[in-house]
Amino acid sequence: MIPSFWRKIRYRYNLTGTKCENCGRIYHPPRNICPECRRKSSITEVDLGDRGELLTYSIVHDAPESFKLQRPYVIGLIKLESGVVVTSQISCKPSELRIGMKVKAVFRKYGEDGEDGIIYYGTKFVPCEE
Amino acid sequence: MRKVAIIGVGMSRFGELWDKSFRDIVIEAGIEAIEDANLEGKEIEAMYIGNMSGGRFLSQEHISALIADYSGLASLNIPAIRVEAGDASGGVALKEAYISVASGIHDIVVAAGVEKVTDVGSAMEIMDSSIDQEWEAFHGATLASLYAMMARLHIHNYGSSEEDLAMISVKNHKNAVNNPKAQFRREIGIETVLNSPYVAEPLKVFDSAPISDGSAVVILASERVARKHTDTPVYINSVVQSSDYLAVQNREDILEMKAVKTATRKALKLAKCELKDIDVFEMHDSFTITELLLYENVGLAEKGRGHELVRDGRVEIDGEKPVNPSGGLKACGHAVGATGIRQIGEIVLQLRGDAGKRQVDAEKGMAVNIGGTGATAVVSILGR
Ligand SMILES: [Zn+2]
Repeated sequence: MIPSFWRKIRYRYNLTGTKCENCGRIYHPPRNICPECRRKSSITEVDLGDRGELLTYSIVHDAPESFKLQRPYVIGLIKLESGVVVTSQISCKPSELRIGMKVKAVFRKYGEDGEDGIIYYGTKFVPCEE
Repeated sequence: MRKVAIIGVGMSRFGELWDKSFRDIVIEAGIEAIEDANLEGKEIEAMYIGNMSGGRFLSQEHISALIADYSGLASLNIPAIRVEAGDASGGVALKEAYISVASGIHDIVVAAGVEKVTDVGSAMEIMDSSIDQEWEAFHGATLASLYAMMARLHIHNYGSSEEDLAMISVKNHKNAVNNPKAQFRREIGIETVLNSPYVAEPLKVFDSAPISDGSAVVILASERVARKHTDTPVYINSVVQSSDYLAVQNREDILEMKAVKTATRKALKLAKCELKDIDVFEMHDSFTITELLLYENVGLAEKGRGHELVRDGRVEIDGEKPVNPSGGLKACGHAVGATGIRQIGEIVLQLRGDAGKRQVDAEKGMAVNIGGTGATAVVSILGR
């Protein structure tokens, strides 16, 4: 987990995706090849913005070992203003959740490896009013 | 391409087989299939084995050679190939076995699926390895939670309910009562499902298939060779595999399973038939919402109307389009890599008239096996 975490760290800390200059499509996670253009792909990095709306969500009760302490937690699919959809945790009370609610990205802790191990950070979302 | 028939079917029991090893369960199914096909064993020219995670469940890789060896075929030095596509591994093994016979390379081959999960405590986490580890699992998503998000959206958009989903579990439990190989052979009421604890809201324990031990084996033969061994061959009219974006977030519409749609369309075309010609279905109910979405993506129901099939009883065993007469993954058991072959075994028994008390009247059947959240789909059409 550790090497793969560090390799992708800038995409976790900032909501950055890739844009295909050939067709204009934007993807997250970043890709080396555009699934529409393939050989004609022309990939550049693009900022995805930090605001979006909640497409759907679930409150997770049965969690893997590394997430057990956080149970229950909310996982959601968020459609960002750029049109890109990301999977992320939502930090809020379950009673606040509704499909279509506006959310914004914040920088939060995700977990750690063992008692004195590395702490993982990444993007979570919180409700925001327009 | 030659016509290919299934001439033998074998299955272990599905469930928590504490007293049996990986080798025991695959051999149990294999022996039953060889007896059913009326073979000695030495006629087998190759083996294709679906297995999701021998490495993580048992720390045993290289299971292809192991299974050929313990099947008593080591002295024949035949090729044995393990294939992996999450819980669609079995379906993909069937497809590879089919190609090897249809192409004329082999005359008789084994397509098997096997999984032994109860030797480890973290079976759920291993199942979760079929989702995108870097961009889904990293954030705490689980396989169940991804399906739960689909369920939430379906309920929100189309007015389906947790009760509709629960009724799919109730149906599959009812069907499993008459399946001697099934893990849970008892009827349950809707309250049992609705009162079970949440796994990932709105999905509950009883919306979720168990993770089981089990094995299933089918024996494929060319049409000419099949006739020598059986009077009741069941033909593989088509078997098609498709793929989709691995992570749910990258799909244009998360309630559309494009791999399933594509594989179904191609399988029907190759089998030269329409959906209305299919009399019985085995569908991948890893969660109740999975079965509901398969109704829609296979085309039994229009988009957003899958729950109407449940309410009308059309997918019950005595309904117009029976789905999962075996009890499905929920009640027959979900032995991961074995499931795709187990579904084929059920369709063969149904078409031969060997399904006992769960027999339906059928000329053609379809099996839909999917991996993870649907990034792999295998659709097979069998006929008499
Ligand atoms: Zn492009």
